[in-house]
Parts: sequence; C-alpha cells; structure tokens
Amino acid sequence: MFDDINDLYQQVILDHCKKPRNFHELPQCSCSAQGFNPLCGDNLKLFLTLEGDVIKDAGFVGSGCCISKASASLLTENVKGKTRAEAEQMFERVRELVTTGKTTGDVGKLAVFAGVYKYPARVKCAILSWHALIGALKGQAAPVSTENEQT
Amino acid sequence: MISMNTSVDWARLRTDFPILNQQVHGKPLVYFDNAATSQKPRSVIDALTHYYERDNANVHRGIHELSNRSTTAFEAARTRAARFINARSADEIIFTRGTTEGINLVAAAWGAQNLKPGDVILLTELEHHSNLVPWQMIARRTGAKVAYIPVTGDEGTLDLTRLDALLTSQVKILSLVHISNSMGTVNPVQEICARARSRGIVTLVDGAQSAGHLPVDVQAIGCDFFAFSGHKICGPTGIGVLWGRQEILDAMPPYQGGGEMILSVGYQKTEYKPSPHRFEAGTPDISGPIGLHAAMDYLDAIGREKIWQHDQQLANYAYEQLGALKNIRMFGPKVNRAGLVSFLLKDVHAHDVVTLADQGGVALRGGHHCTQPLMHKLGVESTARASFYFYNTPAEVDVFITVIKEIQKFFAA
Ligand SMILES: Cc1ncc(COP(=O)(O)O)c(C=O)c1O
Repeated sequence: MFDDINDLYQQVILDHCKKPRNFHELPQCSCSAQGFNPLCGDNLKLFLTLEGDVIKDAGFVGSGCCISKASASLLTENVKGKTRAEAEQMFERVRELVTTGKTTGDVGKLAVFAGVYKYPARVKCAILSWHALIGALKGQAAPVSTENEQT
Repeated sequence: MISMNTSVDWARLRTDFPILNQQVHGKPLVYFDNAATSQKPRSVIDALTHYYERDNANVHRGIHELSNRSTTAFEAARTRAARFINARSADEIIFTRGTTEGINLVAAAWGAQNLKPGDVILLTELEHHSNLVPWQMIARRTGAKVAYIPVTGDEGTLDLTRLDALLTSQVKILSLVHISNSMGTVNPVQEICARARSRGIVTLVDGAQSAGHLPVDVQAIGCDFFAFSGHKICGPTGIGVLWGRQEILDAMPPYQGGGEMILSVGYQKTEYKPSPHRFEAGTPDISGPIGLHAAMDYLDAIGREKIWQHDQQLANYAYEQLGALKNIRMFGPKVNRAGLVSFLLKDVHAHDVVTLADQGGVALRGGHHCTQPLMHKLGVESTARASFYFYNTPAEVDVFITVIKEIQKFFAA
C-alpha cells in the first residue's frame, strides 16, 4: 500500500528511527541545544563534545516522529570528526537537500533525505536537529524551532 | 460491517458534496478530518455564488434594491440561526468569525466589566485553546484567576464529583466545551449549567463540535452563552455565531467600535445600538451568514438527531475495531462518544500515522488538536484522530482500519 512513500521512509531512515544511534546524553559535553517544535511535539536535545575546533563526539535524547529521530541519529554519526566550519557547511547542504531534493557537494548517507522535499509538511522534522546543531555551536540558550520559519 | 439508519438515503446525500468525489494519491478520498472542518454541500456553494452574482451590496446602509436584498438575506440568516439553536429571539444572535471570536468577545466585553481581583474563571481540563487563552488574557488584565474541573484520564471524562467543591462563591463564570474535539467526550452541559446557575454563575458552552452534530436547544441547556463555527457545520469559513441571553447582552459593553454598532456619534461621546448590532462593528461578513443559512437548512432537512445517531454508530464501529488491535492506546470515553476516535500506535508518532494514512487516501489529523494542556496531562505529545460526519460510510471506516493495520506492519517490519 505504501510503495510510493518509500522515498520518504527509506530503509535507512526506518532503521535509524527504530534504533537511533548515539541516543544518549553526553554529561561532559562542550555545548548542547534543544530543538523543539511545539505544534507537532518533536523535542530533542543535542550534545557536542569539541576538542579545539573538532567535534569529537555527538549524542542526542528526546522524542519525535520517525523523520526527526532518524535525522538526529544520522546527524550525530555525520558530524563526528568534522570541524565547526565543515559541520556548518553540512547544515547548508542538508537544508538545500530537504527543501529542493538536490544538493551541491557530498552528503554521504544523508542522501536518504532527498525525498523529503516532496512532503512539505515534513521538512521541518528533517531539519530540526540540524538547527539544534547550529544553535549548540553558537552557544544559543533558547530552544530552536523550525515550525514558524522558512527552513 | 454495520447497517445505518435506512430512513435517510445517506448515499444520495454524499453526492451533494462535489469535493468528496476525488482521488488522493491514486486512492478514493476518505475524509476523516471533519472535526477540523466539514465539507460543503452544493446548496451552500450555490447560495454563495447566487449572492455574489445577484445580490451583493453592503448591509443596513443603502436604500437601493441590492442593499435591501442583501440586508434582508443577512437578517434572515440571523433568524434562522436563532431557530437552529432554539434562541428566544434573533436579537440574541451575534455573528462572529467563529467559535474563537465568540469566546474572545465574551471574555473581553463581559469579562472586563464583571471580573475583579480574586474572582475565579472556571474552565475544564478538556478545553480547546480558544476556550483557554482568552480567559488567561482577561484574567491577567483583571486579576481574576483561572481554575479547572479535572479530567479523569485517557477516557477524557470530567471528574464531576469535584464540581460542587469547585463552584465556590468566587467563581463568576464557568466556560466549558460541549463535545471535546480531541477526546470525543460529550459533557452533560445541562446538568453542569444548572448547578452553576443555581449559584448565580454565568455559563458559556463551546458548541464548536456539537452544533452541527446533534440537536441543540440553548434554553434547555440553560447556559448564558453558546458559541459555534459555521465551517464545522457545512457552512463557509469566517462565519460563526455567538448566542447570548438577552438580559446579559443588554448589560454588556461593546467589543469593538466602528460603523454599524452606533446610534449616534459625537466627537466626545457615542451612543451604541442595542444587541446584536452593538457587537458587530464594521461591514460584516455578509456572504458568510447567507451560506450558513443554507447549511442550517441542509442539516435540519436531514435531522440532527439522525446525524448524531449516524456519527455515533461510525465512531463506535471504528472504536471497536481499533480497540481490538495490539499496540494501540485509545483515548476518549468508552460509552456515549461523539463522532470521532483518538488513538496512538505504540512506537509510531501520530505524524507518521497521518503521512502514511494520507498515502492510503485517508485524511486524518495528528497533533495536539489545540488541547496542549490536556495532552501534557495525559503524558502524550499528540494523538491521531479520525472524525466523522454524515457523509462518511462504514465502508470508509473499513478502509481506514485496513490502512492503520498496514501502518503497524510498515513500522514493525
Ligand atoms: C472544541 C472546539 N472549540 C473551539 C474551536 C475553535 O473553532 P474556530 O477555529 O472555528 O474558531 C474548535 C475548532 O477547532 C473546537 O474543536
């Protein structure tokens, strides 16, 4: 029945939402930020440990829909070992990918989010953890939300 | 499969709704989001078209032919609305943008005049944001406090054993929902209003989910205000009704100022018209009441007691089948439920349920349904909801159940 929707719920996404990776707090983290979409209830907290300019470890906790959880899980895998600048560049690529289906540059496994743009209501779910990443890197205290703005 | 009341030709009624005859993602549309808004029959669409093609003019101002016609149609809708809820007079019918504006009007106009520090506004834990936020706003302005009749749990029924203790002498107004949009609870408003009234407490009933689904008699309910929305009862968006008891309306200050609501205006002082015009400043939505008139005629030609029976049958049927599934949490009362079911699948977020159901052609709602405090109280972020109307069929419920089972498989695999 759901053949057409595999472009949204790719196997990798289903796998990461059922078994999220790095799904824990980092008590010794360098920075953290909360992503919260009150309308749909997606609520996650992202933790980063930095050594100098490099993200050494990443983790998250929280609850939300399959897309938001899988996105956060894949994010934590993706940004480990990246510099701040590289992580910010990845944010830009992912944002382009989930809003247009295309992106310039390599996004690795995150390419599974290429179908999200066809489901406008779900773009905010896919991009929430990435906004939390930017919030954490900037040391932002207030929760970030992707519900009211253009992603 | 269940059989519906055969004294009504439900299948023929369905053909009055052009929008229902379409495919979504290659599947026949199953529209189960009626608690958010209902679809419109041909007669309502035609009434709007007729008005704009033949009669459009401003009301109460011109003395030319078109203005006469539009004023007559506008006021005929007011009379019709009075009959729809058995108000004593059309002067008790105020046109609003919807339930939300009706409640805001009472909170702002009645509240500012009647609330003082220490007073209590009594609500219930079931309320829609539109029956929470306006009261919190006026409470902040006047120093009054907001208190709540508690909900018992997942069944979404009110704990009325607490009512007498909560109806203290500080309570000035009790405002409560007739039918809960997120749980399907039908509150015993007649009994509750009687108990409040015997203590001199003013009462408001939020009829957003009830007015188009069951016969409503505001005099029998015994409330002082009753608010509903046109778009949920087959009428257009942007129009609603606030009914208020004449004596209370006469004593209330205006809500907004402007044209239409005045008797005479000077640079320093203005005299206001009596109700209902006192509360309708500016050029109103004119096509709205005209479309709503057609909608009320349409519903009453079927009979709201039959609509109620039909909605309840569909909801009971859906509730039984869903309740028999594994890994599902059901919300709302087990008996005497209104025409909706609210549920959560284990480990599947409501938004994933809605996205997948949509692929199966089934339009559901997932979220907090504008009842965030209730969701928090029940320890959830959201639920998925299917809400029914008379044009829905048992066969559509079967499609819905099949889709839900497929969703469970999809996420279990
Ligand atoms: C119980 C209840 N009250 C109030 C409202 C608000 O109605 P409207 O948005 O039409 O003003 C709704 C509609 O969602 C509702 O279900």
